[in-house]
Amino acid sequence: MIKVENVKKRFGEEEILKGITTTFDKGKTNLIIGQSGSGKSVLLKCLIGLFKPEEGRIYYEENAIQDMDEEQQRILREEIGMLFQGGALFDSMTIEENVMFPLRMFTKMKKSEMLDRVNEVLNRVNLDNVNKKYPSEISGGMQKRVSIARAIVNKPKYLFCDEPNSGLDPKTATVIDNLIQEITHENDITTIVVTHDMNSVMEIGEKIVFLKNGVLVWQGTQEEIFKTDNKDVTDFVYSSDLFKKIRDIQNKEQ
Amino acid sequence: MKYLEDIGSYFLMIKRVFSSPTKTSVLRELIFKEINDLIISSLGIVAFISFFVGGVIALQTALNLTNPLIPKTLIGFATRQSIVLEFAPTFISIIMAGKVGSFITSSIGSMRVTEQIDALEVMGINSLNYLVFPKIVALMIYPFLIAIAMFLGVFGGWLAGVYGGFTSSTEFVQGLQQDFIPFHLTYAFIKTFVFAFILATVPSWHGYYMKGGALEVGSASTKSFVWTSVLIILSNYIVTQLLLS
Repeated sequence: MIKVENVKKRFGEEEILKGITTTFDKGKTNLIIGQSGSGKSVLLKCLIGLFKPEEGRIYYEENAIQDMDEEQQRILREEIGMLFQGGALFDSMTIEENVMFPLRMFTKMKKSEMLDRVNEVLNRVNLDNVNKKYPSEISGGMQKRVSIARAIVNKPKYLFCDEPNSGLDPKTATVIDNLIQEITHENDITTIVVTHDMNSVMEIGEKIVFLKNGVLVWQGTQEEIFKTDNKDVTDFVYSSDLFKKIRDIQNKEQ
Repeated sequence: MKYLEDIGSYFLMIKRVFSSPTKTSVLRELIFKEINDLIISSLGIVAFISFFVGGVIALQTALNLTNPLIPKTLIGFATRQSIVLEFAPTFISIIMAGKVGSFITSSIGSMRVTEQIDALEVMGINSLNYLVFPKIVALMIYPFLIAIAMFLGVFGGWLAGVYGGFTSSTEFVQGLQQDFIPFHLTYAFIKTFVFAFILATVPSWHGYYMKGGALEVGSASTKSFVWTSVLIILSNYIVTQLLLS
């Protein structure tokens, strides 16, 4: 579980996060949604420690990041897996080396054990025969899956995903979404996904946090988001023609 | 004000480079890779330039020796002094600022743009130690490259002087040995170490702290070359003042 208490983040004079308070549940896919510029990615970067908030506290279980020294933060980060928007694979390494990287850095496993684990996670994300290829030699969807494999290879307790579907076709995006949810449930990890894709909300959103202009304006479950009267949320959800039509059909049926 | 901030950020970077070291087995591999990328891959261009510049120095000296009272040994002497004191350590370093410096800035800058540095940080790795420390260690063998440049420069001068018919081999070698001060070699290698540190860290700073996208990577590489060259020239002056005056 990750708890956020009154987190504020400023860049110069501009306040990007204006006191966010929420909880991200263990064993669930938690979604942070909102329009571009709403502060989703900044909140994510505060959670993983790439940005330091000016105010507020972030708790991993009972321990606040703000109270941890550098070594404790480093140990915490070993328990974090991160899927970046662009994959962030090391382009000078092969797929196998990319996925093996966290094991080489943080474990004392033998090479054969590491290779077994790499093959296990690559198999889990449905990738075969790519071990010796370089990131530039595989498709965007495959890169995302390799990135997921790298994020989970060291059995993290927390998984963060920044716009996992950006640049992917709808079918591949659904595959990635489902993969993230399955891995979350299989390993009972706390997963936080930043997205503005309503399909992801439909597919995997178990707990949803909605941000607007740096303010948390709504939070709830997948069922609740389609029933809420909050105008900001409904404007966002029904900005898509598809969802508008679904709503109209549902209204007619009732 | 911006310059002061940049200088401060450079020294803070240096401090972080030497803290939270990367796992030794990984570091060892990285160092060997950097030796290959930064030193071995530069051997060809350094050898080529040194050889021909050595030849040109000998030719220029010979062609300007119009007074019969000046001994021919001056050709070897001038070649040695020019190559050992300035050409090999300083001007090869300027060339390396273009070749190796741009490579370092663009590779680290690309990693910044594609979030690979963020990925390292999120994993709990000190990205500065992981990326910059191996480059500093690899460039500590840069003086060997400069030693090769000195040898080839002098050799090029000998070939041009002797086979161009300007001097005899004996006179050229006599010139090489004339008034030789061993401390000049020490001075040349001391400043080579200073340049090696600049070559490893200044381009790294430009790449690591760059902002923007692909276009800015190119711009950072250009700035990196300019500033690395400026710092090499400035430190050359300071080291020369300190050691030779």
